[in-house]
Amino acid sequence: MQPAKAETGTISRLMRVFRGDKNRSELKEFTIKQHPGMVVLDAIHQIQADQAGDLACRWNCKAGKCGSCSAEINGRPRLMCMTRMGDFEPGETITVRPLKAFPVIKDLVTDVSWNYEINKKIKPFTPKPKNADGTWRMQQYEIDRVQEFRKCIECFLCQDVCHVLRDHDKKSEFGGPRFFVRAASLEMHPLDTADRVPMIKDSLGVGLCNITKCCTEVCPESITITDNAIIPLKERVVSRYFDPLAVLWHKITGLPKQPRGGE
Amino acid sequence: MANYQSIEHDVLVIGAGGAGIRAAIEAAEMGANVGLICKSLLGKAHTVMAEGGMAAALGNVESRDNWKVHFRDTMRGGKMLNNWRMAQLHAQEAPDRANELESYGAVFDRTPDGRILQRNFGGHLYPRLAHVGDRTGLEMIRTLQDKAVHTPGLQVHMECTIYKLLVNDGRVCGAVGYWRQTGEFVVYKAKAVVLATGGIGKSFKVTSNSWEYTGDGHAMAYLAGADLIDMEFIQFHPTGMMWPLSVKGILVTEGVRGEGGVLRNNKGERFMFKYVPEQFKKDYADTEDEARRWLDGDKTARRPPELLTRDVVARAINAEVKAGRGSPHGGAFLDIAAARSPDYIKRKLPSMYHQFKELAQVDITKDAMEVGPTTHYIMGGVRVHPETAESTVPGIFAAGEAAGGMHGANRLGGNSLSDLLVFGRRAGMGAANYAKNLKSAPALSQADVDATLKEMTAPLDRVDGENPYTIAQDLQELMQTHIGIIREEKEMQEGLEKLLKLKERASRVASNGTRAYNPGWNQALDLRAMLTCSEAIARAAIERKESRGGHTRNDYPDYDKELSKVNFLIKKTSSGEMGIRKEPLPQMPAELQELFKGESNATSQS
Ligand code: SF4
Ligand code: SF4
Ligand code: FES
Repeated sequence: MQPAKAETGTISRLMRVFRGDKNRSELKEFTIKQHPGMVVLDAIHQIQADQAGDLACRWNCKAGKCGSCSAEINGRPRLMCMTRMGDFEPGETITVRPLKAFPVIKDLVTDVSWNYEINKKIKPFTPKPKNADGTWRMQQYEIDRVQEFRKCIECFLCQDVCHVLRDHDKKSEFGGPRFFVRAASLEMHPLDTADRVPMIKDSLGVGLCNITKCCTEVCPESITITDNAIIPLKERVVSRYFDPLAVLWHKITGLPKQPRGGE
Repeated sequence: MANYQSIEHDVLVIGAGGAGIRAAIEAAEMGANVGLICKSLLGKAHTVMAEGGMAAALGNVESRDNWKVHFRDTMRGGKMLNNWRMAQLHAQEAPDRANELESYGAVFDRTPDGRILQRNFGGHLYPRLAHVGDRTGLEMIRTLQDKAVHTPGLQVHMECTIYKLLVNDGRVCGAVGYWRQTGEFVVYKAKAVVLATGGIGKSFKVTSNSWEYTGDGHAMAYLAGADLIDMEFIQFHPTGMMWPLSVKGILVTEGVRGEGGVLRNNKGERFMFKYVPEQFKKDYADTEDEARRWLDGDKTARRPPELLTRDVVARAINAEVKAGRGSPHGGAFLDIAAARSPDYIKRKLPSMYHQFKELAQVDITKDAMEVGPTTHYIMGGVRVHPETAESTVPGIFAAGEAAGGMHGANRLGGNSLSDLLVFGRRAGMGAANYAKNLKSAPALSQADVDATLKEMTAPLDRVDGENPYTIAQDLQELMQTHIGIIREEKEMQEGLEKLLKLKERASRVASNGTRAYNPGWNQALDLRAMLTCSEAIARAAIERKESRGGHTRNDYPDYDKELSKVNFLIKKTSSGEMGIRKEPLPQMPAELQELFKGESNATSQS
């Protein structure tokens, strides 16, 4: 087994951690003991145990699986439990702030309830009837794409980094990358029959995305959000609403025309 | 007195992992008004960390499989101490629950003919685990979560911790808790309560469990007067990460072994061949060659010994380390690279690949992982009626890890996710029926509410006192050393004494700051449940003077014939002490006993 890279002894490290709420806040300095292999979440826990018992943060799995511990570490949206302290230069100060796109509740904890409201608006899974033998058959290659989307751990890092939400705060018109991924996972599910194209256009506002790909870059699950989810959804909207032949087809048959993109 | 918010439901489900969400869906579909309480945000519960899969005898990969084989595997894995009726219901209903999850939108990996794919796992005779790579728990929780938010009559309460169940006239009537975000108090009035709060792993130092696992449901049921069963049985998962220290205990899925991973000691020896218990010898390969043929699909070959039940594998690793054959950080080497191609590993075990790469800088497609036992699961829990999931206190139901009986002395991997759905559904059904039939809901006692709120604010009112984090750490250290994977009378007695002292210290715990999102205060309040469960575990472990399943004693290394016929029950006595008593196992009907002809559950442990 090779031990972690060149991280041997314990060093002391200066951390700056956002403390406060929506009314009052400051960056507070803490010196911590950094042991080999430690991640930023460990440092936060150490501060809680020895220096500031009431320092608020969210976490659950400590293994990058639950998406609770999102924060901005030296300006980058990341999971605290998957960010190794040893990746920073020994003398470097590590600054931890809450996600900027959501209102702060306290310290590193933000109010992400808006995301849950958006999710409720997406039409749920609506399967077609089962086969005569009582099963649904799907081939692995038909579901690979859907499974990619379903890896999402709802860390909301993509929401945090997307300029439509972060800089323009268009929460009333735009669902954000996480929910394009969600909508795409349903739209491309081989058994699903519901039509979500109108809501993808109107309430999720997919047109506001200008494909900067920042969301894809931060996704800790490496979901290709833009290419695999958003662009195919945009294509569906375009062919439904802006392609004259498709519009006519839809008017006559009432059936959505399924574009090929992304499947 | 402190202010509080009042909320009323027919059925209050505490805990929003697989069991809790499934219970809430069932109760709401039956017409009950349901509140679903999450200690974290919805979708973050411990179920997301389940990796390997959900056991169900669908027979998609191996047509010889059926519920009877699953039932027999489960009972043998539990060393025959399981509640037979729960194990039977579980094996019979798991396939329906898996298919139902698919109808809710879950996307399992597929067989070549397009059905749900199943993988091998420890203790299961046939490939039985429906799975999605190594993130099956995430798939389950996301699917249930989306089903729940679109179920009418179901209201989700996020970041709310329940501290106490209110009982009046011998029936449950509600619960008291607080909103984590604001620290404000909330009193729920409810006709029935379902406990789906998971396990107790946070009381141990090396654990795969999250901060939520403080045994809230176990402790609240006990304090409300319910029986706990089998508390001595804790599962130490054989493969937790060993290094770096900060990730010690994080789970390495059994799926690694299911996909062909082998265990070796520092001599390069594949040691599991030496540890096959007598009773399992006929089902396990005795040469590396046979094990390899099995992996290649030869149906005449027997399973590799790495796929023995978790208790056996954990003890084997422990023994190798003790004998000086351990890995550098005190574990064993788990190697999948020799058995599978890098592509295959990345496809079937993507999060393991990721986890080792990011956290330990090990590429598992090339190198072996260093693994060792980690506290993973408690078989013991609230004693429930097998059909309705009702506890011994009317109106209190329990499901999932919070309930006991289903898994006996040792749980098989994959039987947890199926347990969550089978008994989550049954608990939801039981609670909704109970609520419907209740003529009038018992009234809440204001005095009880006031006393509880006072108890909850106490740590913040103390100026000087014990640090809650220090007490939690001391408890973890204590449980790990005294009531850990290998146990002994003297050590456990000492541990119990220390535990009682710690309890006394915990009564002087103080936290600073306000009630709003204050982890220190939250930790202070969690100590009561952690200490209660730890005491129950210690007392039951001392009483069971034999080794069986997850309970291993140096001083009693074998099965005991008499103890093979009893469960230990824990219940609060009228004077408020923790009482413990033996109860004979329920009698298995003759047609099920047939399945075990010629086997004895009194033979030796390993
Ligand atoms: S690609 Fe679209 S959704 Fe993603 S960050 Fe850019 S604008 Fe936002
Ligand atoms: S899509 Fe990726 S970044 Fe966005 S919430 Fe999901 S896991 Fe996080
Ligand atoms: S704690 Fe679960 S992702 Fe970090």
